[in-house]
Amino acid sequence: MPDTKTSKLSTTEITHIAKLARLDLSANETTNYSLQLSKALDYFEQISQVETLGIVPLVTPTEIENILRKDEVYKELSSEEILKNAPHKTGHLFTVPPVV
Amino acid sequence: MDLIKASLAEISQAVRTKKISALEVTKFFLERSKKLNPTLNAFICFDETAELQATAIDQKIYQGENPGPLAGVPWGIKDMFCTKGLKTTAASKILENFIPPYDATVVSQLKKNGAVILGKLNQDEFAMGSSNENSYFGAVKNPWNLNCVPGGSSGGSAAALATRMVPASTGTDTGGSIRQPANFCGVVGIKPTYGRISRYGIIAYASSLDQAGPLTNSVTDAALALELMCGKDMKDATCSSQPVPEWSKNLNSSMKSVRVGVLKEYMQDGGLHADVQKTVEKSLSELKALGAEIIEVSVPLTKYAVPMYYLIAASEASSNLSRYDGVRYGHRSNFQSLANLELGEFYSKTRGEGFGEEVKRRIMLGTYCLSSGYYEAYYNKAGQVRRLLRDQFIAAFNQCDVILSPVTAAPAFQLQERISDPLQMYLNDIFTVSTNLAGLPGMSVPFGFSEKKLPIGIQLMAAHFQEQKMLNVGLALESISGMKGLVANV
Repeated sequence: MPDTKTSKLSTTEITHIAKLARLDLSANETTNYSLQLSKALDYFEQISQVETLGIVPLVTPTEIENILRKDEVYKELSSEEILKNAPHKTGHLFTVPPVV
Repeated sequence: MDLIKASLAEISQAVRTKKISALEVTKFFLERSKKLNPTLNAFICFDETAELQATAIDQKIYQGENPGPLAGVPWGIKDMFCTKGLKTTAASKILENFIPPYDATVVSQLKKNGAVILGKLNQDEFAMGSSNENSYFGAVKNPWNLNCVPGGSSGGSAAALATRMVPASTGTDTGGSIRQPANFCGVVGIKPTYGRISRYGIIAYASSLDQAGPLTNSVTDAALALELMCGKDMKDATCSSQPVPEWSKNLNSSMKSVRVGVLKEYMQDGGLHADVQKTVEKSLSELKALGAEIIEVSVPLTKYAVPMYYLIAASEASSNLSRYDGVRYGHRSNFQSLANLELGEFYSKTRGEGFGEEVKRRIMLGTYCLSSGYYEAYYNKAGQVRRLLRDQFIAAFNQCDVILSPVTAAPAFQLQERISDPLQMYLNDIFTVSTNLAGLPGMSVPFGFSEKKLPIGIQLMAAHFQEQKMLNVGLALESISGMKGLVANV
């Protein structure tokens, strides 16, 4: 667990996290989140007091097994139905900015 | 027939035996909902096809078919559930105009059993909140006191039910989002064992914690609704293949030799509102008088439940919500031209505009906790503590059949009272998040009123897949509470 004193997130760090999260933040949000996230992280750090050596993390809280099914083709939604919600489309394609 | 007081089974029976038509029932609740909605803001939208759905049920009956145990019963659906052809927003700007091309499994199960979908219910944006003040469509009001919050995130589901805008509604519960608003609004709310109900078509918040459930006016209605919502689904790999018992037929309020556990950690910390304290103590003494054995149990790690919960929930949310990219569906920023636009800017602007403040806060927190160098210390560590917490609960349930506790430390708080301090708001969930972390079933049953006439509920938890035990104690509490059938007048 990072040192409590250094866990305080500066606005520069907030800007970096926002970039990772693909979120535009206003100057106001950046300042607020810097304070609020630092406070929340300090609060989270109490879990470091629990001894967990060798404990396998729990993700799914009830026991589940691998579920297999036959590899069968069945009719799902048509491309028209899928494209209905697209904010912008060209013919049968989603329109996006240049990616290459 | 008094539709306000009728149970789900009574409405359905009356419809199937043609004492009343499904159309009449739907018209009654639709009219009531539309009249009350401007005051409460419980519905985001109504389903324009509701009357057509009801007519189709009536036609089935006239053709001699049985439309099922929910025949003609109108349901309100939390706006986290995809409804085919009906707007599903998660109370977010980013999904403001999203019309799903398919139904969530829960919705298709309800329809298959004869339910009529009346409309979509308001909530905190992406189910992130404990007060319903985080909705893009405005806060829902508590029908017992319009200056108070209805709880969250399923605030619309609870408020609509408390005023009988609908006879039943669906909710989702990631850290208390069914039980806490049920508690604040004086209705029954259940979150079953993780995996009981398919999550297919439910907008994902924190996948290892999310579970759907019903909100109803009585424990008997809840048992019936729950068994119709549960069951294996090939479309959700975490959905359990455990058989679904007929809980409603096996309800038994006899408390002879039932062991009711009281969590030492929940009762000793203080901080309980005097009215809540009194209500919990009364519930225990009444159960004891009925023959139950009261046993003190201990789950020391509940002390860490809130930080563990918010860490895990935010981390999973940051991953789940990365799908909102402005490409395939949902909000996209209004760009003049895409030709010279950098992809990162396209995403960031769209997402920055589309998500509300609390959602962004949790995405940021989660992104940080999952980022390189921090994953081990945060998400991984929380998962380890989570396993220990679950094991402590399993051990506690070797000593008792149910655990009884408050749902929240105090009755409903005022609108605006806590919205400016996120950490303070998170502490609302202190008694509810543990069941989600451990995957246990939990419910809230109304049991009294505060001096200021706000409802107070009791939380019951049971071991994995032991919903019946919890429902039975819930029924016993309901039978002595005098709360069953109360309607909030607005």
